[in-house]
Amino acid sequence: MPNRIIKWIDHRFPLTSFVKHELTGYPTPRNLSYLWNFGFLAGFVLMLQVATGIFLAMHYKADIALSFDSIQHIMRNVNYGWLLRYMHSTGASAFFLVIYIHMARTLYYGSFRAPRELLWWTGQGLLLLLMATAFMGYLLPWGQMSFWGATVITNLFQATPFYGDQVVIWLRGDYTVGDATLSRFFALHYLFPFLIIGAVVIHLVALHSVKSSNPSGIDLAAKDNIPFHPYFTAKDFYGLGIFLIVFSVFVFFMPNSLIEPANNIPANPMQTPKHIVPEWYFLPFYAILRSVPNMVGGVVAMGLSVMLFAFMPFLDRSRTPGGGRYRPVYRIQFYLFLLVILVLGWVGYVPPTDLTIIIGQVATLLYFGSFFFVPFISKAEERWLMKRGLPAEVTALIESETLEIAKRKLNPRRRKGEVA
Amino acid sequence: MGEETLDDGNRRNFLIKLTSVVGGAGVAATCVPFVASMNPSSDVLAKAETEVDLSNIPPGGMHTVAWQGKPVFILHRTPEQIAASAASNGGLDPQPDGKRVKNPEWLVVVGVCTHMGCVPNKEGPGWECHCHGSQYDDSGRVIRGPAPKNLEVPPYHFVAENKLVIGKA
Ligand code: FES
Repeated sequence: MPNRIIKWIDHRFPLTSFVKHELTGYPTPRNLSYLWNFGFLAGFVLMLQVATGIFLAMHYKADIALSFDSIQHIMRNVNYGWLLRYMHSTGASAFFLVIYIHMARTLYYGSFRAPRELLWWTGQGLLLLLMATAFMGYLLPWGQMSFWGATVITNLFQATPFYGDQVVIWLRGDYTVGDATLSRFFALHYLFPFLIIGAVVIHLVALHSVKSSNPSGIDLAAKDNIPFHPYFTAKDFYGLGIFLIVFSVFVFFMPNSLIEPANNIPANPMQTPKHIVPEWYFLPFYAILRSVPNMVGGVVAMGLSVMLFAFMPFLDRSRTPGGGRYRPVYRIQFYLFLLVILVLGWVGYVPPTDLTIIIGQVATLLYFGSFFFVPFISKAEERWLMKRGLPAEVTALIESETLEIAKRKLNPRRRKGEVA
Repeated sequence: MGEETLDDGNRRNFLIKLTSVVGGAGVAATCVPFVASMNPSSDVLAKAETEVDLSNIPPGGMHTVAWQGKPVFILHRTPEQIAASAASNGGLDPQPDGKRVKNPEWLVVVGVCTHMGCVPNKEGPGWECHCHGSQYDDSGRVIRGPAPKNLEVPPYHFVAENKLVIGKA
């Protein structure tokens, strides 16, 4: 019977062939490490956030007179409301953690390089959507940090040329962050996840067209691929198990470690808390904002600091195939960059003193320098590597790739996948 | 209509261009209400004025009132404070004190730090912003950054000896 149903459907809709092509049989490099689990994990957290978010919205009130209390209502009265909320608030942090690891992996292994530029750029778009969603969601509990975070960030739009003040008032729908702001943030916070889902579909279509990268950083053509199922379904689910253990530790044992205590005080537009800090996942960018003495300059620097990742495919000039694994200088650069981000995060967290301001400014310069010097360093590294001679194993890998590229060049139609 | 007009390519191109322009204008016009709906609504605009009774603010004392949802500092300045403010031109954004007050006894400024919008605290002479350490004097002028500008003076006018309305000059 089920067979007949599937047959009936297949006659009208490419169900079996789609599942076979894109899911079970999707050709995957066999050497993927656990770092390749994080795309799947991000998809999982997205679903978790949508599910918990929709159920929270059934009890939440987007009204400045009611919203703070409606959170208390969710925490105390709604059945398992505390669990839904803690999953959602912890989920936000988990989402960023997973995405940052996903990005770090891409940077380390050079997975953003040709032909995966569009994959990288759709990912960049997803990062922006995620940041906007998280920022708007943070206003909804209407605590002190919510209010002042939204005030500071909407104020940044004052940097808009000529229309700064009008743009800020337009965004808020009021002269200050108020009821109009809260309602629109709620509406958009509900909308954006669905835009994210749409963008994820585009991201996946791009992925399935260029296929996954792999730890060698070299395109291994088709010879080293194995079907996604059961090998990587098993690997992904195992990784999911580990992730869920860590996630549960936070949800059940330390849910408040990720919530600023000041956010348990209802928003008060007449009184700023002593020390405003954003959520941990925005700290490095916030530190860059604060490090530039000029306000407009700070806003521009902060925007650039997020967007510069998109330029990596152009900045990395090395033609040596492979990522950090076969490129010692690039590898050192990568770890230095991570260190700079950690320092910036710390600077963004502590109250500003003369010393931290200087540290922040140096780290900001290093942050931008890491991008700026990539073209020169990668070129020099390429020359040095070629002179030194690559290890035999790498040369073998490269040769298998150049052959592929040459074939693709000879036969342009092959590139489009029209000729097998 | 003659036969030659039927396959007149110029005519068709012109019509396509014209329809696209009219259609584009229609789309743009349709966006206006959506964008405008996000601007402050009329009830928000209506609370744009606030009346303040000054009679119970002692000399040297300060009151904070809400205007358009923003805090406004009203400082009843003592003769010493007036003299100190008049003696300097401020710091980073120089401006004479006389330009910032209608009646030197009363300083009215919006209590929103011009850096990133925190509310400065009254501390010693003037105000200090705890967010990033900006300092303002008793005329609301910035004397230490990162704030770039002086505290804003809202439009206001005295309706009686000890009553003023904020929102209209
Ligand atoms: S907001 Fe006042 S110093 Fe930054």
